Amino acid sequence: MRIDNVPIDLLLKNMLSATGTVLLIFFLTAILSIPLGFVVALARRSRFKIISIPTRIYQLIFRGTPLMLQLFFFMYGPFYIFGIGFGRFNACIIAFVINYAAYFGEIFRGGIAAIPKGQYEAAKVLGYSKFQTFMRIILPQVVKHVMPATGNEFMTLVKDTSLAQVISVAEIYNVATNAGARYFSTVPLIVAGIFYLVMNTVVEMAFKLIEKKLDYYRT
Amino acid sequence: MLLLAENIQKRFDSENVLEDISLEVNEGEVVVIIGPSGSGKSTLLRCLTQLEQVNSGRIEINGKLMVDTVDGRAVYADSKTLHEILLDVGLVFQNFNLFPHYSVMKNIVDAQVNVLKRDKEEARTIAMELLKKMNLSDRGDAYPCELSGGQQQRIAISRALALNPKILFFDEPTSALDPELTGEILKVIRNLANENMTMVIVTHEMAFAKEVADRVIFMDNGLVVEQGTPEELFGNTVNQRTKEFLQRYSDI
Ligand SMILES: Nc1ncnc2c1ncn2[C@@H]1O[C@H](COP(=O)(O)OP(=O)(O)OP(=O)(O)O)[C@@H](O)[C@H]1O
Ligand SMILES: [Mg+2]
Repeated sequence: MRIDNVPIDLLLKNMLSATGTVLLIFFLTAILSIPLGFVVALARRSRFKIISIPTRIYQLIFRGTPLMLQLFFFMYGPFYIFGIGFGRFNACIIAFVINYAAYFGEIFRGGIAAIPKGQYEAAKVLGYSKFQTFMRIILPQVVKHVMPATGNEFMTLVKDTSLAQVISVAEIYNVATNAGARYFSTVPLIVAGIFYLVMNTVVEMAFKLIEKKLDYYRT
Repeated sequence: MLLLAENIQKRFDSENVLEDISLEVNEGEVVVIIGPSGSGKSTLLRCLTQLEQVNSGRIEINGKLMVDTVDGRAVYADSKTLHEILLDVGLVFQNFNLFPHYSVMKNIVDAQVNVLKRDKEEARTIAMELLKKMNLSDRGDAYPCELSGGQQQRIAISRALALNPKILFFDEPTSALDPELTGEILKVIRNLANENMTMVIVTHEMAFAKEVADRVIFMDNGLVVEQGTPEELFGNTVNQRTKEFLQRYSDI
């Protein structure tokens, strides 16, 4: 079947396989950048300036420059410096993880700061260790607190995967622009838009569900 | 003697918040601390419960040395001893500080299980008994946000009691409550006093202080100005500053 001269079944087949790439970028970034983001948040809160200041500079750089440039940097930078690269897909994942860890670090830092001092003090007088206090008392409350901002970030991540095309990772946008150019049609781009929208609808509903699940208490 | 504090000094920045405080509390005694805002009452309780570190002085709780002063510097005990001392004390906060993500039951059980390593069933049984005592037997599954301030404070007291502290500190336990709810907390404290619980209570409830205290301490500007039985302080103090302070309350 053709729409606007575009062989739709072929396009959909390519798009679906590109969706696999998008999902892989999405899940790898999510799984790796969230724990890393927590480390970043804790490093930012460190009372040792030698830890907190470099962390802040790292966040400034990766939040303050386009992800597109960061993708180029991790793709081609190692070639210039070491004469050897990570490979296209690895470079893509490294750039996404380091970029998103900087953002998550900021979200989690805010979430940790939002927990009242009294929670730490109550836990301390009850005899909880520092580790127990963080894991049992602070972290669960932080999770609830950061959930809306994290959901927002995940929706941005779905859309940001389209940037991977600048280093020729075959994701949805990459497939769509190639098909669009070949068939002189905007249909592939519209289909790509629908793919992103479907994925983000799932993300949005998932987060609404999680937020509802965490709604059993208020602070 | 359960608590012995000698010559406690505490500075914030360069301001001496506790100038030189000495305090003794015997087993079963109820000591009430009164004094104007900013006189250092909370800071004193926070020093005794390890939420703040003193700059100098000596504190001994339940026979264990928490901090002593060597060559003008406060030296704290090792972390194991400090942890043991923490388990001997309980603190009830003005604003409860319950764990909002835990049910009432879990608030009371969690530290028993994870700090004292008590068996879960035993911890639950202890929690149930406390809830019964607090008249909250039916609220075990509720979350703190679903309770009134007075109920929350009773849970906070239960949470502290569940760890069997030797001495319980209260920092203005009724100040965050609506006036009609203070009564239920004062009743709980009164019952604890009847059971010979050792308590140090900071409060602005003068009538209550008079009734429940074995000894009243009047603090001002980081110093103990006067201490004695309620009769001595509220009845016929000769101290001018105490008089002026109490005057403000009798005027109301
Ligand atoms: N963490 C802190 N940093 C700096 N100053 C502090 C700190 N905590 C308390 N202070 C100061 O110490 C003084 C005594 O405070 P504290 O809270 O002990 O008084 P209080 O007697 O409990 O008063 P209130 O009746 O209002 O509760 C105040 O001047 C206060 O500003
Ligand atoms: Mg106070």
